[in-house]
Amino acid sequence: MAATEKEIVDGLAEIVNEIAGIPVEDVQLDKSFTDDLDVDSLSMVEVVVAAEERFDVKIPDDDVKNLKTVGDATKYILEHQA
Amino acid sequence: MNSTNNTVVVTGIGATTPLGGDAASTWEGLLAGRSGVSLLEQDWAADLPVRIAGQIAVEPSEIIPRPQARKLDRSAQFALIAAEEAWKDAGFTGKAGEDGNAVEPDRLGAVIASGIGGVTTLLDQYDVLKEKGVRRVSPHTVPMLMPNSPAANVGIALGARAGVHTPVSACASGAEAIGYAVEMIRTGRADIVVAGGTEAAVHPLPIAAFGNMMAMSKNNDDPQGASRPWDVDRNGFVLGEGAGVIVLESEEHAKARGARIYAEAVGQGISADAHHITQPEPSGNGIAQALLNLVHNTGLKPAEIAHINAHATSTPQGDIGEIKALRQAFGDDVDHMAVASTKSMTGHLLGGAGGIETVATVLALYHRTAPPTINIENLDPEVDADIIRSEPRALPEGTIAALNDSFGFGGHNVVLAFRTV
Repeated sequence: MAATEKEIVDGLAEIVNEIAGIPVEDVQLDKSFTDDLDVDSLSMVEVVVAAEERFDVKIPDDDVKNLKTVGDATKYILEHQA
Repeated sequence: MNSTNNTVVVTGIGATTPLGGDAASTWEGLLAGRSGVSLLEQDWAADLPVRIAGQIAVEPSEIIPRPQARKLDRSAQFALIAAEEAWKDAGFTGKAGEDGNAVEPDRLGAVIASGIGGVTTLLDQYDVLKEKGVRRVSPHTVPMLMPNSPAANVGIALGARAGVHTPVSACASGAEAIGYAVEMIRTGRADIVVAGGTEAAVHPLPIAAFGNMMAMSKNNDDPQGASRPWDVDRNGFVLGEGAGVIVLESEEHAKARGARIYAEAVGQGISADAHHITQPEPSGNGIAQALLNLVHNTGLKPAEIAHINAHATSTPQGDIGEIKALRQAFGDDVDHMAVASTKSMTGHLLGGAGGIETVATVLALYHRTAPPTINIENLDPEVDADIIRSEPRALPEGTIAALNDSFGFGGHNVVLAFRTV
């Protein structure tokens, strides 16, 4: 069953918390991974791989650069999940 | 303008070792003659011929926050812990040039070595590749496994921009790092350099490999008695893990800021055996040449040397070759040198050895007390030197010097000298 927007944000919050140590409540749709959440380019790859597993979605490397915010990622996952 | 022959001093020390999570607890363990070696109770050790090691006393996970730790190989975690301690011990907080820290970043260097680098990261990620596939291999793998990672991470943490280096010479790496750092200050490239060695190789592959070389003690029934340098029954080294880091500083810079000075870093003597990739040159000629080079380079007089923290790893050949070399280089002066191998207590930290043993050597001068060598029940009759056994030894008054010997596979010989101030 496809995840809802809320489930995706909550899931991304857990992933970002695991990888960057940011409190889950700080992971909001408007937050930038790099500027607000301490996720550098290498850690972003980890976020993407974890999100792929969790939401059963493929995120090609060329698309990763467009995922600047939690909102960008959430929208991408909503549109591409199996 | 800096002159090109600055006097160099030690103003900070830090360590995390099998004996303790900092330099003070490590020193206390050394003076007490305590062994940091224990049985490897991990599942992966069950089938290994060697099931003992000097495992770290305080796990880095207790100190470094997890999000930071997961991007650092264990060797870099040890180095950061020891470097931060040394930095604070030298009287500094935070990053050079930031938030009231007056150190000029362009005058601060970092030289941290490791013999094997991020070997556990490499092997763990290979397991991930095989078991979980390409996509799951961590994007942090390369910056974690590269041998310069500990130096680079320390350099970033402290804001060192005068140069960050990682000499690699197996078990001489840590000493070579400190020697390189002394030269950076002596020749005016930096005012302060944070330097040392780290190693984290307690993993089945390195243990299997060293074990198959017949280089390690297999005294699994007596872990604490297994590392026994110069004892007739010594049968190989015991692997240890951890890091030792010191803050080196030009005397001028240290005095200008009123820093506590532990000792003068006199300099180094380096040579190579050009003999065999793993076996030490049996006559000790290569090591003797390093000792003679030290005297030649620094003007240190053998008569000044009161203590030697020896390389002696508890191998049949190596322990004797080192003693022969001391005699060959220093003759009768060896008689007034109190010689110890702290590896009897910490195990052999490979590239970390020069780091923690420099910490021990500097503290021995500062406290005028040299640590003992434990586990010598029957001293090998070939050992023609004054070995400190069982109890610590008071060192003489007046100006005295101490050496730290480190030798590595490949025939690398590095001797560092320190002197009381």
